[in-house]
Amino acid sequence: MSNANLLDRRQVVSSLLADRKDAIVVGGLGAATYDIAAAGDHDRNLYLWGAMGGAVVMGLGLALAQPKLPVVVITGDGEMLMGMGSLATVGLQKPGNLSIIVLDNESYGETGGQVSHTGAAADLVGVARACGIADSRTLETLAEIKAFAPRLQDVSTGPRFANVKIDKANLERVLSNRDGGFILNRLRGSLGYRPI
Amino acid sequence: MHGRTEASAEQAVNWPEEIFSILQRYDVRQVPYVPDAGHSQLIERVLGSQAMRGIPLTTEEEGVALMLGAWAGGQRSALLMQSSGVGNCINMLSLTQIFRFPFLTLVTMRGEWGEFNPWQVPMGSSTQGVLELSGIRVLRATQPDEVRDVVEAAASQVYNALTPTAVLLSQRLIGTKVFVK
Repeated sequence: MSNANLLDRRQVVSSLLADRKDAIVVGGLGAATYDIAAAGDHDRNLYLWGAMGGAVVMGLGLALAQPKLPVVVITGDGEMLMGMGSLATVGLQKPGNLSIIVLDNESYGETGGQVSHTGAAADLVGVARACGIADSRTLETLAEIKAFAPRLQDVSTGPRFANVKIDKANLERVLSNRDGGFILNRLRGSLGYRPI
Repeated sequence: MHGRTEASAEQAVNWPEEIFSILQRYDVRQVPYVPDAGHSQLIERVLGSQAMRGIPLTTEEEGVALMLGAWAGGQRSALLMQSSGVGNCINMLSLTQIFRFPFLTLVTMRGEWGEFNPWQVPMGSSTQGVLELSGIRVLRATQPDEVRDVVEAAASQVYNALTPTAVLLSQRLIGTKVFVK
């Protein structure tokens, strides 16, 4: 079911990544990973097919290791809810180069569309702000998304958190690579690191 | 009060300092942790270090994911936790098999040597099994004078051979937590 007032996830992600430059992008398992793959495969995409709840803190490890590069985590509301404590961990470290984008369709799309906590009471923007991520906001229109995209390149004013309400449309999967060794060594290679 | 603060000939070996030196020598840069009394001295050293970043976690599984991110970005890491935290990591430990990245964790043991708190016993009893079932090699140090060699061996196989390894620091080594004096 799609709602005309809500955003299309693929349009959101392709707009955010259209001018990504050197950014490293971490995709939470499920549809967020498919959205990133649909926006175009890239050496600096870290696709997840599991490790639910780990996307944000994986982005934190990357952001601390590469403070001059933008690191963007794009994940879903269910994955974010499972790793909500990691927002407190990010709020403590405050890496300026980390951006967290939640594609919030208020449901678990990959498993049949069961309703998630964000459909009723849970306010992820409020959680992120309360965890010390001062730049936390809701993005509601494609114009807002496009205006926000260049901020991902700013590596000194993060961390930032944006919750994007998207429609519940279950789109055709765009399958990314899922061989971890390949994904990891390709990313490391793009940063100048050789396999051991 | 803990055993490590009690005066005895055995305590002459400053094993937390030896662990810190090994982490330094292997150029470990990110040290995620959930605090434990047995790790308190090492955590203080890490937090006081210019080269390492101590990263407090809300739950231990965050540390596993953070370590993958650190390595993807070119940095080595080591995770400090208590035995109860191993249970919190199980699904996230899949990352060590999927990505084959250098995974070293130093686990202070509870529930295995004169434990007062029954709640520590179930997880303490299954810590080694859980790690091994998750594909992590397990080494153990029980005496102060063996900590250096054991942690050195672990660090070597982790950072040189990408062999995910946990070092269990025995409760006997750390000293049994005293609840009632």
